[in-house]
Amino acid sequence: MSDIALTRPVPVTTEPPLARYLLIGLAAVFVALFLFAPLVTVFVEALRQGWVGVIDALRLPDAQAAIRMTLTIAAIAVPLNATFGIAAAWAITKFDFRGKAFLITLIDLPFSVSPVVAGLMLVLLFGANSTLGGWLIANDMPIVFAFPGILLATLFVTFPFVAREIIPVMIEQGRTEEEAALTLGASGWRTFFTVTLPNIRWALLYGVLLCNARAMGEFGAVAVVSGKIRGETATMPTMVEMFYNEYLSVAAFTLAAVLAMLALLTLLLKSLLEWRHAELLAATRRH
Amino acid sequence: MRAGILRSPSPLPGFGLSFGIMMTVLSIVVLLPIGALLGRGLMIGPADLWDMVNSRRIWSALTLSFRAALIASLFNLVFGLLLAWVLVRYRFWGRRFVDAAVDLPFALPTAVAGIALTALYAPNGVFGQALAPFGLQVAYTEVGIWVALVFIGLPFVVRTVQPVIEELEPDLEEVSATLGARRTHTLRRVILPTLTPALLTGFALALARSVGEYGSVIFIAGNIPNLTEIAPLLIVIRLEEYNYDAAAAIGIAMLVVSFAMLLAINAIQVWSRRRIGNV
Amino acid sequence: MYHTIRIGGHSLAQGTFLRSLDDGRIEIDAGHARLSGHPVTPLHPSDAGRLRGALRKTLTGAYLRSGILTAVAAIGLTLTGTATLKAQDNVAILNVSYDPTREFYREYNTLFNAWWAAQGNAPVAVQQSHGGAGAQARAVIDGLPATVVTLALSADIDTISERTGLLPADWQTRLPHNSSPYTSTIVFLVREGNPRGIQDWDDLVADGVQVITPNPKTSGGARWNFLAAWAYAGRNGLDPAQFVGTLYRNVPVLDTGARGSTTTFTQRGVGDVLLAWENEAFLALASLGEDKFDIVVPSVSILAESPVALVDGNITSDAQRAAAEAYLQHLYSPEAQALATRHYYRAWDTSQAAAEDIARFPELELVTIADFGGWPVVQTEYFGEGGIFDQIYEE
Repeated sequence: MSDIALTRPVPVTTEPPLARYLLIGLAAVFVALFLFAPLVTVFVEALRQGWVGVIDALRLPDAQAAIRMTLTIAAIAVPLNATFGIAAAWAITKFDFRGKAFLITLIDLPFSVSPVVAGLMLVLLFGANSTLGGWLIANDMPIVFAFPGILLATLFVTFPFVAREIIPVMIEQGRTEEEAALTLGASGWRTFFTVTLPNIRWALLYGVLLCNARAMGEFGAVAVVSGKIRGETATMPTMVEMFYNEYLSVAAFTLAAVLAMLALLTLLLKSLLEWRHAELLAATRRH
Repeated sequence: MRAGILRSPSPLPGFGLSFGIMMTVLSIVVLLPIGALLGRGLMIGPADLWDMVNSRRIWSALTLSFRAALIASLFNLVFGLLLAWVLVRYRFWGRRFVDAAVDLPFALPTAVAGIALTALYAPNGVFGQALAPFGLQVAYTEVGIWVALVFIGLPFVVRTVQPVIEELEPDLEEVSATLGARRTHTLRRVILPTLTPALLTGFALALARSVGEYGSVIFIAGNIPNLTEIAPLLIVIRLEEYNYDAAAAIGIAMLVVSFAMLLAINAIQVWSRRRIGNV
Repeated sequence: MYHTIRIGGHSLAQGTFLRSLDDGRIEIDAGHARLSGHPVTPLHPSDAGRLRGALRKTLTGAYLRSGILTAVAAIGLTLTGTATLKAQDNVAILNVSYDPTREFYREYNTLFNAWWAAQGNAPVAVQQSHGGAGAQARAVIDGLPATVVTLALSADIDTISERTGLLPADWQTRLPHNSSPYTSTIVFLVREGNPRGIQDWDDLVADGVQVITPNPKTSGGARWNFLAAWAYAGRNGLDPAQFVGTLYRNVPVLDTGARGSTTTFTQRGVGDVLLAWENEAFLALASLGEDKFDIVVPSVSILAESPVALVDGNITSDAQRAAAEAYLQHLYSPEAQALATRHYYRAWDTSQAAAEDIARFPELELVTIADFGGWPVVQTEYFGEGGIFDQIYEE
């Protein structure tokens, strides 16, 4: 829309060129200082000994085990949260029930709970000193300091991401389209797949990507419940800390750089998809 | 179940299934752990709980956490709006890349962000050296905490405001111009009010996230009691003392505040919906 | 020339170098078999040469002399979903330790396995977990299934015993020297040439001197620092509380762990002096540059005992118990003691240690924790909630 505006003799929907450049410049400085500088630091530190150091670091069995662990966690946590997000959005936006606002707040809560508190809660609940935790450990089903604890911590911190992205879109869309589909004889599932899903797919995709990025990068909560057993319960972020503490800073930053690359890759993918389907996206958002 | 919970009947199917999935996952992942924490608090009893939280050290840590989060979020409010506006309204080289990079703080492990920022702002770091001649020290002071929290909170503001700017109809601005308003006037009196609810939401989200931040802050803060010691670090310290009750007490204090903030956010959203329709 | 390689996720093997494989792995002759795997990456690539030299010395010293030249083919633990420690056919032990012991145990695990296999036993998979001593002890209390704990202070192991009953209260009498196979002390690390002229504890309370030490609340090492300063004040007729209070006012950064403080001092360039474990200080010199820092030994310091213990309650089989007990006892063997000396710990038996390793340790007056009344008293009085350390920041 601004393209059209620019061709007009007197643009009224944008700022004068000078102000525009000033604003872009200001934004660029801000982004460079606060976003890119830390990112560049990570890559510079990783490449301190050249590519050889990076490749050596990636060959460390501990690093590979951590990468596997993180990918496994993400592969389980993200679909689970996506399913939850869709179910929650459907229940919240298609029906009226008591306590809805409270429920939305509960879904948002993990956003603002300190990761340390999240880890603390899991330890209080499943640690050897609690009744439940004691029983689980006695029956050879430990939760904390084992895979399930790391998964639960990850699920907790990434909990709201998908739901939060699709709920607003579904509120905007209302219920009329689904009701029409049902009137025309479609089944519930068919309605969902052919009417609802296409409408929310971009929001869903964005939510999934964010959820994925956060699931892979979570440190605070996971560190509390991981037990840091090398090659066993160490995820990439906890392994980064461990390498860093062993003066293996190249290995630490290499793993960090891999995480950043994974994130950037998914985010660029998102941008690319949005760009290719810009009109579609605009159409679904505008509805 | 349907009849009991639903306020009004809906012709759409799947309430039982979706509500069931939602409540199951919510219970296991969120409610159960929070229940464990609150249960611990109940066992301690409110009076003892208050005694454990009511000390100068904890108050200064809590106020520091909130003050730093507030300052960082205000900073993000201004620059997040600027960034969102520039990203939506202007076309320039590298825009898509910047757009993608805004989500970076979500993805970079907080500890890595903390280490990278400390390396930059330490007295021997690139930025630290540049600032030293002006007598400014960032790392190991409260300013360092602000910097880390700006990094953490930025995407929340940008990502809440961006879609709203995308949806602004140019008609409004044209009408305003036709009526003789100058551009600055239009921006201030027409655009800004429309963006206010989204800005507030983004601000509140960034604030809520920053208050509890631990991983990135402990590296760049000096962690000096009463000065640069944040509340989550105190929880960790209490845990190191095997004092689970005191850790739970501070945890509950932070949880209560988080919950209050989120209720406020949702209230803002309801208010904004009423005011300008569905945004 | 000996090389150490890694086979699978958790086992190490040593032998003479045969050839390099295309994929970066190398093949070695381990006496009874040819094995291939990734060479163990040294601490810091620029120090590769030095480290390899050190490793070779260790190997030729400790291994050849004892005639042990055995490869250790241990168990590549399958990394599946449930990553819990279980006693299956192969014995596995989990050593939960604190930060500065990483490098020592990495080599000791190899040494132990070689000796253990030479006794005709099946190899043991030793898993390591490192972190701040307090956090590690808490993890064990909360259910981390440690087979043995090797921590910074006996207070931490006392707490485990007290809270869980996983090991008896008299655990410290089960092994020699208060169950501490190696000890250390607290020294100063200063910048090259010692520009502030720091010689002893009283130089640390001077105006404008910046001291780097971790938080005694979260770091075991920091508690030794605190007590050593306290002991100095007591011996020199100063008011210890006031002296230590002034000292902590000179601390600009309180990191949560000893490694964090070392990084702040060495990498971030903050502070004039770092209070560090002796072994940490030497390691920092070795891995970060001997030309950048100097070690200053104060007139009086503290004997920092780092005890080890078997966690009886977590033992799942007799085989595991036997291996774990041998694992701890072998720490007192001359070879292991020599290895500890090489890793800058003050060990008890130096009969097999290299002369230059022993020569590194200067004589100094050491007080012990017993002089303070023992850890149970010290922990609550000095570092407990509202204790002496807390009062420094309460004014």
